[in-house]
Amino acid sequence: MNDQQAIIEQGRLIYGRPEALTDAPMHYCPGCTHGIIHRLIAEAIDELGLREKTLMVAPVGCSVLMYYYMNLDSVEAAHGRAPAMATGLKRTQPDKVVFTYQGDGDLASIGAAEILHAANRGENISVFFVNNTVYGMTSGQMAPTTLPGQVTTSTPYGRDVEIHGYPMRMAEIIAGLPGASYVVRRSVYDPRTIRQAKKAILTAFKAQLAGLGLSMVEFLSSCPTNWHLSPADALSYIRDKMVPYFPLGDFKVMDAVAALG
Amino acid sequence: MARELWEGNQAIAEAAVRGGVEAFFGYPITPQTELLEYMSARMLDLGRVFLQAESEVAAINMVYGAASGGARAMSSSSSPGISLMQEGLSYIAASEVPVVLVDIMRGGPGLGNIQPSQSDYFQMTRSAGHGDFHPIVLAPATIQEAVDIVYDAFPLSEKYRTIVIVAADGSLGQMMEPAEMPPMRPLLSEEERGAWAVRGARGREHNIITSLYLKESELEALNQRLQAKLRLIEENEQRWEEIETADAEYLLVAFGTVGRTCKSVLREARAEGIRAGLFRPISLWPFPWQRLRALAKQVRAMLVVEMNTGQMLQDVQLAVMGQCPVEFYGRTGGVVPLPDEILEALHAVDVNVDVAFAGPAVAGAAEMRVGRHE
Repeated sequence: MNDQQAIIEQGRLIYGRPEALTDAPMHYCPGCTHGIIHRLIAEAIDELGLREKTLMVAPVGCSVLMYYYMNLDSVEAAHGRAPAMATGLKRTQPDKVVFTYQGDGDLASIGAAEILHAANRGENISVFFVNNTVYGMTSGQMAPTTLPGQVTTSTPYGRDVEIHGYPMRMAEIIAGLPGASYVVRRSVYDPRTIRQAKKAILTAFKAQLAGLGLSMVEFLSSCPTNWHLSPADALSYIRDKMVPYFPLGDFKVMDAVAALG
Repeated sequence: MARELWEGNQAIAEAAVRGGVEAFFGYPITPQTELLEYMSARMLDLGRVFLQAESEVAAINMVYGAASGGARAMSSSSSPGISLMQEGLSYIAASEVPVVLVDIMRGGPGLGNIQPSQSDYFQMTRSAGHGDFHPIVLAPATIQEAVDIVYDAFPLSEKYRTIVIVAADGSLGQMMEPAEMPPMRPLLSEEERGAWAVRGARGREHNIITSLYLKESELEALNQRLQAKLRLIEENEQRWEEIETADAEYLLVAFGTVGRTCKSVLREARAEGIRAGLFRPISLWPFPWQRLRALAKQVRAMLVVEMNTGQMLQDVQLAVMGQCPVEFYGRTGGVVPLPDEILEALHAVDVNVDVAFAGPAVAGAAEMRVGRHE
């Protein structure tokens, strides 16, 4: 009997791996918040008892290998196309729970058409949108969400809004579409925001289970590697630099979603 | 069941319905649009899935998603729309998801026009997306043949877990002729769906549909597996029609609409005493090269006729390997070659071969004569 089993036997286990997570070691950089968000989604799936009926659509980006970490039936979409694949899955298997997990380059740039139309159709899927203001996997180029003045490998002099335009506030844009049921922005930079993020994930899934249309949680997330910050400083950067431009909050909560509690 | 008058696009749609399609995702584009319109009512009436996507890019990815879940899913489009779908086709091929696609070809390149064309032969058989793969490409010449091919396309795509493209053109899509519809095939039951399908990890390991293989050895292994499957398809699925080849001295080689036109040419040529035959490839990939290579030993020359500048011509040349002269007559831009023009081209082949046989420089001399016969 190993230590963990002994702890379980004695009823002392207070924190374990959710069933919806595999035991594969994640490849994320130290201080990256993908791992936290993965875990929150897995916890929510476990708590709602959805693991065996959940279908995940993984993106292109740093979380491209997410299907190894989530113990869920999964597909890997082309860059930006996750909402279209999710549409195909959900329309043919309406009794399943379908979610996409997408980064800012994936959702806000190359996949802008797919997410806007999926939301507008009210596709009954959940979208988890991880915004860290850079293309992480390709080593930190400008994303549609890169902050004004932010230095990236493709904006070496800082993002000049006269040249590159302004960062896109996707939650606010999608909240304006009638098919969206629940659109909120959260973060994961401290225990309080992490708890709030978890609650939003649960609400997003509940909205889907109630058949209310597209639910989306945007997460302000860290990228210490490409921001050239320590893990701790990266979390402060979210709070001090990102939140002022991307305010946390609820941008659309249908009455029927609010009624879910 | 009785023969009824059908428009090509609608007949293809109905054949897919009867073949058991569960989900159709498409985008309007001429000359394919009636197929989508037909599906928009028929699928909903049957309680099946129809969705008009925001683009062909989205449509093929919706098909990819639905088919990843083991559903019989399809789309249809025309040349520029197929270009937009190529990204999705590559992912679908790599992840070995069975999908059916209909291409009602129109004139290109670019926006081209909406007239019939066969100029996407390369696109479908050679470059349906990045990476090493070929879809199965089947080219009907009549509406009945289109119906039969579409009806069988889903079991075929599932047998090999591959893409099946039905390659027709604007004239076949828009024309009307009698066809007999097959019976309604029942939809797949839960047990009949592939064990690989993404339907929820209940009582088993989680299934993953992906085209990502970061380790080079793993991606090479995937490619080797795909190639082995393609060789098997080449072995099993070469399809063609041949007419009056037994004593043929000259062989017309043409597919789809032009293959049909060449039947008229054949009758006229025979009436003139020319011992002509017709070889009509039905599977463009795999190309029926073995039979054509055998015929190359027998005939004096071949004339390839296409509504393009000589795309299948290259496959014919590869099959013939210089055993006989291969000449070409093609029209482009949506111009459909008329029987008289083709017959004239056949006469020219006769002359050329008689001259050519006097000298040694014959093998593989495929002279392009696009548009010469105005």
